[in-house]
Amino acid sequence: MTGPTLPLRVAPPIMFGSRRALRLIERNLYVYRHGWIVIVSGFFEPLFYLLSIGFGLGALVGNVPGPGGASIPYQLFVAPALLASSSMNGAITEATFNFFFKLRYQKTFDAILSTPLSVADIALGEMGWGLIRGALYTVGFIGVMVVLGIGVSPWLLLTVPAALLISFGFGAVGMAATSFMRTWQDFDLIQLIILPMFLFSGTFYPVETYPDGLRFIVQLTPLYQGVDLLRSLAVGVVGPEAIFHVAYLLVMGFAGLFVVSRRLDRLLLK
Amino acid sequence: MTDRPPMSDSALIRARGLTKRFGAFTAVDAVDFEVAKGESFGFLGPNGAGKTSTMRMIGCVSPISGGTLTVLDQDPTTQGPSIRSRIGVVPQQDSLDTELTVRENLVLYGRYFGLSRAECGRRADELLEFAQLTERQNDEVEPLSGGMKRRLTIARALINEPDLLLLDEPTTGLDPQARHLLWDRLYRLKQRGVTLVLTTHYMDEAEQLCDRLVVMDKAKIVAEGSPRQLIDRYSTKEVTELRFPAGVQESLDGQLDGLADRIERLADRVLLYADDGEAVAVAAHERGLQPETVLVRRSTLEDVFLRLTGRSLIE
Repeated sequence: MTGPTLPLRVAPPIMFGSRRALRLIERNLYVYRHGWIVIVSGFFEPLFYLLSIGFGLGALVGNVPGPGGASIPYQLFVAPALLASSSMNGAITEATFNFFFKLRYQKTFDAILSTPLSVADIALGEMGWGLIRGALYTVGFIGVMVVLGIGVSPWLLLTVPAALLISFGFGAVGMAATSFMRTWQDFDLIQLIILPMFLFSGTFYPVETYPDGLRFIVQLTPLYQGVDLLRSLAVGVVGPEAIFHVAYLLVMGFAGLFVVSRRLDRLLLK
Repeated sequence: MTDRPPMSDSALIRARGLTKRFGAFTAVDAVDFEVAKGESFGFLGPNGAGKTSTMRMIGCVSPISGGTLTVLDQDPTTQGPSIRSRIGVVPQQDSLDTELTVRENLVLYGRYFGLSRAECGRRADELLEFAQLTERQNDEVEPLSGGMKRRLTIARALINEPDLLLLDEPTTGLDPQARHLLWDRLYRLKQRGVTLVLTTHYMDEAEQLCDRLVVMDKAKIVAEGSPRQLIDRYSTKEVTELRFPAGVQESLDGQLDGLADRIERLADRVLLYADDGEAVAVAAHERGLQPETVLVRRSTLEDVFLRLTGRSLIE
């Protein structure tokens, strides 16, 4: 009996996610039907940042050097970075607190695993939901950018998939990290990583202000990939480094999914 | 009541040498059992006996460490999703979705099984009725009583119209009234021909619900039979319980000898096993013993367990 089952055990479990993963998305739609206000609040967060920092602070700052060195208005500089940050934050919230609650406390996944759904379906479904939610925010935010006249490049359309890529990378790694968490206190560690990344990854000022060594380190952070990718798309100056950013985020996402699938296997299928 | 072991060809579950290890710890140690179609089968044993581990293996959410296991003629290792689509699971801890309403819990669970929305809705209505929760269908799950949550969990496990229902300690933690209501519901399922497999550490529950059961202790099966058979085989018809004032029980050396077929001394009372309990009580009185209370009762599975393991079921 071991003969034919061998390939199943060797191949990564994530490869076997099925269309049943859609049921997880359906579950989240049910849940958010009760709590739609939570969804709406996620849209306003980056908008408030944009109004306060982009316009408030931007009035003092004026123009800054953008991608390719050309001078651009501060609003255009900061808006895509805020979008990148909010994609990260949204994905991390979903992948940490909400995921932890379902995994450890409510035993949601234990109940689901008594149905035909598999661990891979759960990982894919949760990821898929995070992406749908992220897409809603992104489209809304880009709509606001267009209405306010920030960024009019046709490349702007590509910020939607790019922002989803950020959600994918952070969501998957976030879920993987959460699968190792034991208590709510452990999440402080995640905030300890997220907050400095939000403040220092070239979000509010160009990374060129850093000395070379430090700049190099900042340019290796995952959020920097997202910020630089979205900014170059919003401004319409896309260089070869965009390919690196995309590859970086894709690897992050797939590595995270791989780890979380294996961890869920160990945690739930004891 | 089936008094003979089931015929192999009608067995829904077959386990041979079934083993579960967690590292160096053996939770289930080479157990053999079969469950026939339409039967109510129980695992009786104290906490930590290996009941839940066995149930999880049957439910295809825990890989087996050794032996063989067949559920609905399929192999849990490779055909988990297919098996799970035909069984219902009531876990020890309620795992209801607290972010959804009572009705949504049922409908969505049906969706996990790939049923259409219309079908899920139809079955949810029926099951709400069955679980006596129709009036609470649009309420949140959290404010429900323990008994209601349990009934909802059972209803949820029935949404796929399973051939086999697994119940892990279905009434642990419920008050007597809620337990009786639940037993009544389970008895109806049994009458409809649903195969029930349950674990319990309550002997009254096992006696109420099980056609046949195995007694588990320390990862092994120590006895098997119908409740009646087990009592006949391992106990006497009646038991006389004598409770003595504090300190007296320890000084009874030899005074009880010969009063009954078998004597068990527990921390708080002495159990005398004999077919005529009244006669034992009279004989004890004639010897000048002065217990605080005397209770003559029929033997139960608790006595069987005590005989088999030297310990009581609920510590």
